[in-house]
Amino acid sequence: MDSRPLLAVRDVVVRFGGIVALDGVSFDLPAGRILGLIGPNGAGKTTLFNCLSRLYTPASGDVQFEGASILGRPPHRIAEIGIGRTFQNLALFRGLTVLENVLVGGHTRTRSDFFSDALGLPGVRRQDQDLARWAGEVIDYLGLGEVARRPVTGLPFGTQKRVELARALVMRPKLLLLDEPAGGLNHEEVADLGRLIRQIRDDHGVTILLVEHHMGLVMSVSDVVVALDFGRKICEGVPTAVQQDPAVIAAYLGTAKT
Amino acid sequence: MVASERRLGGLTLPAWQRLLTIGVVIAALVLPLLVKNFTVFQLTLVMVYSIAILGLNLLTGINGQFSLGHSAFYAIGAYTTAILMDRFGVPYALTLPVAGLVCLVAGFLFGLPALRLEGLYLALATFALAVATPQLLKLSLFEHWTGGVQGIVIVKPDAPFGLPLSQDRWLYYFTLIVLILMFAAATRLVSSRTGRALKAIRDNPLAAKAMGIDTALYKSLAFGVSALYTGVAGSLGAIVVQFVAPDSFTFFLAVSFLVGLVVGGVGWIPGALIGGVFVMFVPNLAEQVSKGLAWAVYGVILILVIYLMPTGAAGFVRLVAGRVARLMSSNR
Repeated sequence: MDSRPLLAVRDVVVRFGGIVALDGVSFDLPAGRILGLIGPNGAGKTTLFNCLSRLYTPASGDVQFEGASILGRPPHRIAEIGIGRTFQNLALFRGLTVLENVLVGGHTRTRSDFFSDALGLPGVRRQDQDLARWAGEVIDYLGLGEVARRPVTGLPFGTQKRVELARALVMRPKLLLLDEPAGGLNHEEVADLGRLIRQIRDDHGVTILLVEHHMGLVMSVSDVVVALDFGRKICEGVPTAVQQDPAVIAAYLGTAKT
Repeated sequence: MVASERRLGGLTLPAWQRLLTIGVVIAALVLPLLVKNFTVFQLTLVMVYSIAILGLNLLTGINGQFSLGHSAFYAIGAYTTAILMDRFGVPYALTLPVAGLVCLVAGFLFGLPALRLEGLYLALATFALAVATPQLLKLSLFEHWTGGVQGIVIVKPDAPFGLPLSQDRWLYYFTLIVLILMFAAATRLVSSRTGRALKAIRDNPLAAKAMGIDTALYKSLAFGVSALYTGVAGSLGAIVVQFVAPDSFTFFLAVSFLVGLVVGGVGWIPGALIGGVFVMFVPNLAEQVSKGLAWAVYGVILILVIYLMPTGAAGFVRLVAGRVARLMSSNR
């Protein structure tokens, strides 16, 4: 066993003006696990998520991936080290088909430039065919084969969410960040999603960090749950323990800070 | 399996596109032999404008960046060719790649500061480029090179290898070759990894970054490549018209490219050809309707076109293709 965690969040502090959005949050995510990040609105979940995808830079603290800090990387150089993500509100490329969206996910796994692409040199064409084959596999894996050549706009919301998953999986991430994947889904779809998340972890060997409001989903899929409130970690443990933790219950019922 | 592509009358959509392309190319090869020299000259200009509009389409339609300043890149291309031919005696064909390269660099450099600007602000910055260019070309400081207000007159090239073609017809075929090469390259580019990255940036810059796309690099390179296309068009235009002068490259030219882009269909590569036809012939048509009110007539035509084809020729073609497909499948 590798004792080093895949992702290590260390004393992360984020301030907006005078407001402290994250106040010294730390946790580890070992490879192959699913970690659920929960907390009431404004607890700092999204802020932490944005630190991981490098949209925010913490005032202090560190975020390490495979033992190296990611804080020196601009947002577009996160994918190449193996961190993929989906978005809370859909962020698909609306002018493209399902297949094209998924192919964009393979950007970091391929190399080309304007010149070789404009000339259609054999090297880039072969590479594009390989990528298309892999994208096709991922599309089938997520049951999107029927709509692969359709524009993403106009597809049902749940389907579009799966396109985002496919797009993230095509880059062969080591760590997959899911930002409220259950948002906007109905009861049945959430149950399917839960199965899918575990299946993705098992089949693709991906480590998953899940930010989610939907308690049922978090508790059923996570190996570890981290609960935030007012920018602080109030609890960390297996789902059953976190569910019964007085601080967590208080945070959700809103009786804690008196 | 990924669903197979739709078929129409036994052929896939790409097969139809290939067939249509071959048909258009054959028509383009035969056409100049059937009409008089002046019409050939006009058709050549259609192709020149089409290449310029294609350049703008790569920037605006594919990458989502706005430009009201492409007349500047057209002018840089035209003057590069004129100066090289007139002052240095460089053969016209060799000036094309030089003009393209100069514009690639100019576009890339302009694209760097433009990275900080979005939408309307980028439109204003490029507008500034368009209005500044003609005056810079008139500056007495550069007069030795640019010929100042007078501009530069270029000698019209003869057909090479003793080909039995008039100068106009030869330039037509020369331009046609360049046009085919540039459209083929653009078509390849937009469906490649680079093209997908450009479109991803257009549709959602934040998600594009999360997919590992260096948005700043791609956006400035898109500006460069767009300028290269428009610059090569300017270079060809100079050779065809045999003359460059500052007032040929005003803001009005930039707006004409934009009109051609919108009429042809934003983001649709073949649309640039339709845009080129519109930009070349509709002002003439308007003048034939009424000499005194030519631009008013032009305005009415433009409004009608936009009203009837709100997404340009691209949407119109898609609509017709869709109707035909439905008709054929219901007949079966």
